[in-house]
Amino acid sequence: MTAMTRPTLSRLQQGLALLAGLVCALALVLALLSGDAPLPLLAFVGLGTLTLLRVRLPVPLWIDGLLMLLGAMALLQALPLFATEPAYFWLALVACWAFAWLFVERLSQAIRSRQVSGRVFGLVIPVLFGLALLFVWEVVTRGANVPQVLLPAPSQIWTRLLASVPTLVADFQQTFLKAVLAGYAMGCGAGFIVAILVDRSPFLKRGLLPIGNFVSALPVIGIAPIMVMWFGFDWQSKAAVVVAMTFFPMLVNTVAGLSQASSIERDLMRTYAASYSQTLLKLRLPAAAPFIFNALKINSTLALIGAIVAEFFGTPIVGMGFRISTEVGKLNIDLVWAEIAVAAVAGSAFYGVIALIERAVTFWHPSVRGGRA
Amino acid sequence: MTELAPSSQDAMAVVRAQNLGLTFPTNDGDVIALSDVNLTINKGEFVSFIGPSGCGKTTFLRTIADLEQPTSGTLTVNGTTPSDARLNRAYGYVFQAPALYPWRTIAQNVALPLEIMGLSDKAERIARTLELVNLTGFENKYPWQLSGGMQQRASIARALSFDADLLLMDEPFGALDEIVRDHLNSELLKLWARTRKTIAFVTHSIPEAVYLSTKIVVMSPRPGRVTDIIESDLPAERPLDIRETPEFLRLAARVRDGLRAGHSYEE
Repeated sequence: MTAMTRPTLSRLQQGLALLAGLVCALALVLALLSGDAPLPLLAFVGLGTLTLLRVRLPVPLWIDGLLMLLGAMALLQALPLFATEPAYFWLALVACWAFAWLFVERLSQAIRSRQVSGRVFGLVIPVLFGLALLFVWEVVTRGANVPQVLLPAPSQIWTRLLASVPTLVADFQQTFLKAVLAGYAMGCGAGFIVAILVDRSPFLKRGLLPIGNFVSALPVIGIAPIMVMWFGFDWQSKAAVVVAMTFFPMLVNTVAGLSQASSIERDLMRTYAASYSQTLLKLRLPAAAPFIFNALKINSTLALIGAIVAEFFGTPIVGMGFRISTEVGKLNIDLVWAEIAVAAVAGSAFYGVIALIERAVTFWHPSVRGGRA
Repeated sequence: MTELAPSSQDAMAVVRAQNLGLTFPTNDGDVIALSDVNLTINKGEFVSFIGPSGCGKTTFLRTIADLEQPTSGTLTVNGTTPSDARLNRAYGYVFQAPALYPWRTIAQNVALPLEIMGLSDKAERIARTLELVNLTGFENKYPWQLSGGMQQRASIARALSFDADLLLMDEPFGALDEIVRDHLNSELLKLWARTRKTIAFVTHSIPEAVYLSTKIVVMSPRPGRVTDIIESDLPAERPLDIRETPEFLRLAARVRDGLRAGHSYEE
């Protein structure tokens, strides 16, 4: 086969192109035989079959992209038409997926060889990946009539999310804006201050580090009910759980970071007869910044998990963890997923903000500026 | 004899070591880093310390800087203890590595001692010292954007910025290539001529020591001690090609003999 020798396509790309074309051809035959296939789907599998001509005629990569789009739209259009999806429908899904993979492969190759701008199209690949995942999820759950209790379709989750905005906002305020942020600030702040004290005194280092270690080893499920008894049902007890979870990573990382300044850099400060606080502020804390930001990033996701889990153990009738635990009981799984989506977006955004600040503050570090040490 | 008595000789002495010894306790027994060192560095001298590794030349410099404490003998810096001299900010120290803080620009690095010592007219001092080391125009660069030679020059500017009269330099050009090193050596001589500072300079390069110094201290290891002190009779004006003159070669030969003598009982 001449396609195998064409140098512009790698072996993987050849395989994907062949798969897409042949699956389209098979789907075309089945669709024509059934006689009731919707027109857009027929058009997609028909055009897809034609791409087998790339054996003789080079097909530009954006044709693969257009076919992927056409296939996705035809599949979505065909979804509600059937009670049970026929075989050619699933074949078309496979072909659409193969075109998407082929398109992304060829696009990333084009970016590598600088045929297209990586600045503009570099973003297309991850976005396409996320959309493809949602798309397959949507088509499979609806096409195969997956029970909503097992896995609702993304569109159902989205509809439910839009319909319950006031509930979700109230939960977000209760859990994220109160418990997570307050607990995160207190836990990280306390870990940082204790780290500086520990660093100053070997006595505290021996005494406090093991206690910090001990607290971090306590299971959330164990401390959450106790914190509820100590601090009440409202967000304060959840913030206390978050403090317990975030304290230790910050303590350990800051202590490690404070020893990052090299001996020559410290000697330099000594030759200037610099005071303890001058050395701390002008040398040791800046040198520790990459470690401190590491802890801030780890803690940003830990805090959200801690607050949500803690709400399983007694809470007023609002909060993300409370909503998840009660709505699961009522089999409102789509609302649970909507809550999960909010938590995922909030957690990622929180992490992203910290990572952006890190880039701005530790711009000088080799890992950020992409240089050597 | 009282240590702080201002005799006519002491007025000239910036560093005075008498029977100085320093022993490091280690797990394998004591290591004698310095033994019975007697040495005077006078005001305005350029003194090089040369010797193989382990001879205590860096340790001696660090002792002057109060980064190590002697275990025997006496050491005065500007007529006071090294500790008081350090607290008085009596010296600028240039390390083997530039040790510039990567989160500060070159100008901010030079400003670091000024901030710590609370000195005024920062901008003027930064401009003046960067001009001395030919780094004008690089104020806003970060250290990792400069070459190794430029980084070391910036660290010299930092040591000069607060106008200490004594400059301690610990193999500052050891990590640089020969051509950059030649260039920086002649720049350093010009700088010394302009500022009239007292310089103590550690090196393991014979040509570097002979080219730069008014006095060469030859040291040898195990235990670290001074084996020869050579007063240079080279003229103050030293172009780079002075290194081919017979006077220069004679001094270099004497330094080499001194180094060899220190090694004679080994191996």
